[in-house]
Amino acid sequence: MQELRRDLHDRKYSATELAQFYLDRISAFNDRINCFITVDEEGCLERAAEFDSQFGSSTTQPLCGIPIAHKDLFCTAGLPTTCASNMLKSFIAPYDATVVKRTFDKGTVSLGKTNMDEFAMGSSNETSFFGPVRNPWNLNRVPGGSSGGAAAAVASGMTPLATGSDTGGSIRQPASLCGVTGLKPTYGRVSRFGMIAFASSLDQGGPMAHSAIDVYELLAAMEGHDPLDSTSADVSKTILPESNQSLVIGYPEAIFDGLDKNIAGCIEEARAEFEALGHTIKSVELPHVEAAIAAYYVLSSAEASTNLARYDGVRYGHRAAESEDLIDMYCKSRTEGFGLEVKRRILTGTYSLSVGYFDAYYLKAQKIRRLVRDGFLTAFENVDLILAPVTPSPAFEIASLNKQPIEMYRQDLYTIPVSLAGLPALSLPCGFVDGLPVGMQLIGPHFAEGAVLGGGIAFQNVTDWHDQHPALEATLGS
Amino acid sequence: MNTTWEPVIGIEIHVQLATESKIFSSTPVEFGAEPNVRANLVDLAMPGALPVLNEEAVAMAVKFGLAIGAEISETCIFDRKNYFYPDLPKGYQISQFESPIVGRGQLSVFLDDGSVREISITRAHLEEDAGKSIHDRFRQHTGIDLNRAGTPLLEVVTEPDMRSAAEAAACFRQLHALVRWLDICDGNLAEGSMRCDANVSVRPAGDTGFGERTEIKNINSFRFVERAVNYEIKRQIDILEHGGEIVRETRQYDATRDMTFSMRGKELSDDYRYFPDPDLLPLRITKSFRDSVRASMPELPRQMLDRFVADFGIDREVAARLTSNREIATYFESTVALGAAPLLSANWILGDVAAALNRDERDYSDVPVSAQQLADLVKRLEDQTLSSNLAKDVFDTIWSSDESVDEIIDRRGLRQLSDADELSDLVQSVVTAHPEQVEQIRGGATKVVGFLVGQVMKASHGRADPRQVNGLLKRMLNI
Repeated sequence: MQELRRDLHDRKYSATELAQFYLDRISAFNDRINCFITVDEEGCLERAAEFDSQFGSSTTQPLCGIPIAHKDLFCTAGLPTTCASNMLKSFIAPYDATVVKRTFDKGTVSLGKTNMDEFAMGSSNETSFFGPVRNPWNLNRVPGGSSGGAAAAVASGMTPLATGSDTGGSIRQPASLCGVTGLKPTYGRVSRFGMIAFASSLDQGGPMAHSAIDVYELLAAMEGHDPLDSTSADVSKTILPESNQSLVIGYPEAIFDGLDKNIAGCIEEARAEFEALGHTIKSVELPHVEAAIAAYYVLSSAEASTNLARYDGVRYGHRAAESEDLIDMYCKSRTEGFGLEVKRRILTGTYSLSVGYFDAYYLKAQKIRRLVRDGFLTAFENVDLILAPVTPSPAFEIASLNKQPIEMYRQDLYTIPVSLAGLPALSLPCGFVDGLPVGMQLIGPHFAEGAVLGGGIAFQNVTDWHDQHPALEATLGS
Repeated sequence: MNTTWEPVIGIEIHVQLATESKIFSSTPVEFGAEPNVRANLVDLAMPGALPVLNEEAVAMAVKFGLAIGAEISETCIFDRKNYFYPDLPKGYQISQFESPIVGRGQLSVFLDDGSVREISITRAHLEEDAGKSIHDRFRQHTGIDLNRAGTPLLEVVTEPDMRSAAEAAACFRQLHALVRWLDICDGNLAEGSMRCDANVSVRPAGDTGFGERTEIKNINSFRFVERAVNYEIKRQIDILEHGGEIVRETRQYDATRDMTFSMRGKELSDDYRYFPDPDLLPLRITKSFRDSVRASMPELPRQMLDRFVADFGIDREVAARLTSNREIATYFESTVALGAAPLLSANWILGDVAAALNRDERDYSDVPVSAQQLADLVKRLEDQTLSSNLAKDVFDTIWSSDESVDEIIDRRGLRQLSDADELSDLVQSVVTAHPEQVEQIRGGATKVVGFLVGQVMKASHGRADPRQVNGLLKRMLNI
């Protein structure tokens, strides 16, 4: 992205040519990879032409003329926002999400909306009403989820920048499986206004790109207090640290049990790289990690069950064609509108909030959440960052886990505790296993995005994992 | 054997707070607008829209809490109350379940017989109103109007402290007066600004336990509360005396038939799946916020009552009536501030003014006689410029005119005859003109004095003071 900006500035090519380059890649590869739900060719070229016509005058925004793709849960005025659901397949929001508005104001040119798991519920992008997204490194593999479309679009060079959202790992896991860099910011760092809710206390929008420095630049365009989101934090902007700072990096070896041996090897090498950079590695303990998954699924499903109550066929979204009465209309519309995984979560969530079960599930899960958070806060008394794996294995095969929800949920083993604690974490590539990229996480204390990104930038200055790209032209033809 | 039954009643009042905008969105609150024009993204529950709490609603709730001497929560939580209904756009209502903003308080309720009942307020919490379903406008279809959705409500819940329908109605009336006093609700019952639910049960007199209760929903006038509760008390007693059982249920009052009827059949209690709304952080109410609300509050009725008694030497009962609503109190204070005697002013306001308002179906917010006019009238009575009869005359005039009291007195020559010589001349001439009656009086028929007084009043065109005339006559006739 740095290069694109320089080239645009030097007029090596125009914003229109740049946009056209990405649109051409999308039309060449999207059929097979399926990472876009909506491509806004017209809007994109119009906007790029605008920049070209005023070039050199007022176009000083940092991301001026740079293409971007928005995950299809960010509302975009005039363009469909589907959440990859039959329920919203023809929904056109009358407004822009704060993230969309802010990135637009910083000069980005939107290419369109990326595929995702339905309502962001999934870890493989197989729950999308618009079909699964394929991993650009191996088309039989999943790209991860729920921001699978965004990760695959960046990995396959269909966009240099993408927005994603992360509830239990939805930015970090697909970034890891597709070999791109993605940040889940601290809960409250990025406005949720206009980002269709899955689990409100966990959802957090964030940037995805090839490198940590690009992720930083996109974060700078997205972040900041928003009076329209009561949970948005009024904190100062992310500032990158001075380079050459020596950090203490925590290393939670105990949670590596069950981790793919080859992935563990990659993380080991990354650890050595950090030591070589002058950082100190220190062993840390992260308690309650196992319990975190259960707590996460109770809490996120509980919130989802009521967040999705508004899709009742009354005001917008899918309404069943024929119904006997009101209750029948609700039942049919929701039965037809939602996919299996969404229904599963609504049912579990409704159950855990019901009288007689609330204490045993919801309240207990809240207690675990507090313990997980306390565990991290204790760890951060002694370390600046924590280095951890992102996924237990590289990208798995499509349709291999979609009948085994519990196994699927375990994909988020390493990302969920961070989400429950509301912490920032950067997922960045650190190697390959069987030709598939694998990533690692750099986790920081609340609002320490600067330190987290600084660590990632330093690592990427001395490694080139993030510069590897799948040979799509060879596998798919161009 | 005849059982004496004791009714036990508690009420819940939904008070629409008179904020500029809705409780969780910036939409202006407006009654009677075209359907759905007062509903924005948040009110329509658009995907991705989020609630932001309106500080004005919080301030009003705190104001109410302070006025009833309740504890204000330092931290309170907004919960989601989940249920599906077409006029509930999010599929849940944002309300407060376990931690209401206002805790336990007290309300002094003035009854018609002049006595006072202390009613405990259990709690008051903030929540959003739903929209409206319109069933009668489209054939075979129901219309949804979301203008009202998100209007702030303060739900006030009392303890079951009331023992009669009249007490329940008086409690509703007192709460109505209080929220109007505090200027947190327009009090317009016809537009639904305050709605009352009444929980009614009966028990044999002397019992301390509670009988099974029913809830009458959405009653929107004081009179209907009294009627509905009375009907329900009779219905329950009738069932119990015939060996039946009361079924816990929700009932509705039909004013045209003056009866309550069951809204739904017997059912399991609803499970609203309350849980803290993750879109809203816990609300912290700081001492400085509380203090600033307190500083912005008007003097409370109770404090004002005490002050009236202490400063003006009027009875507690009269002071209680003067402070039963803010308009009366303000009217009284303005009149007294213009120099009128307090007791005499109070008598006029609660007597002649009240009667005239009643006659014209107006209320104290809309008295046609200004405080200045009333003060002048009272002053002219006090300094005996006007007789009490003429004062009533002048009052009738200023009821429909802006003319000053003194102008009326001068224009119509109503000044009371206070000049002793002039008056005794007048009395003398009446005595001279009625020798026959004078004879009768001297013969012992003292009642006839009244006739002569009447003649003097007539001759003075009402300007003489009858008591003074009476004295003069008696002296002149040596009786």
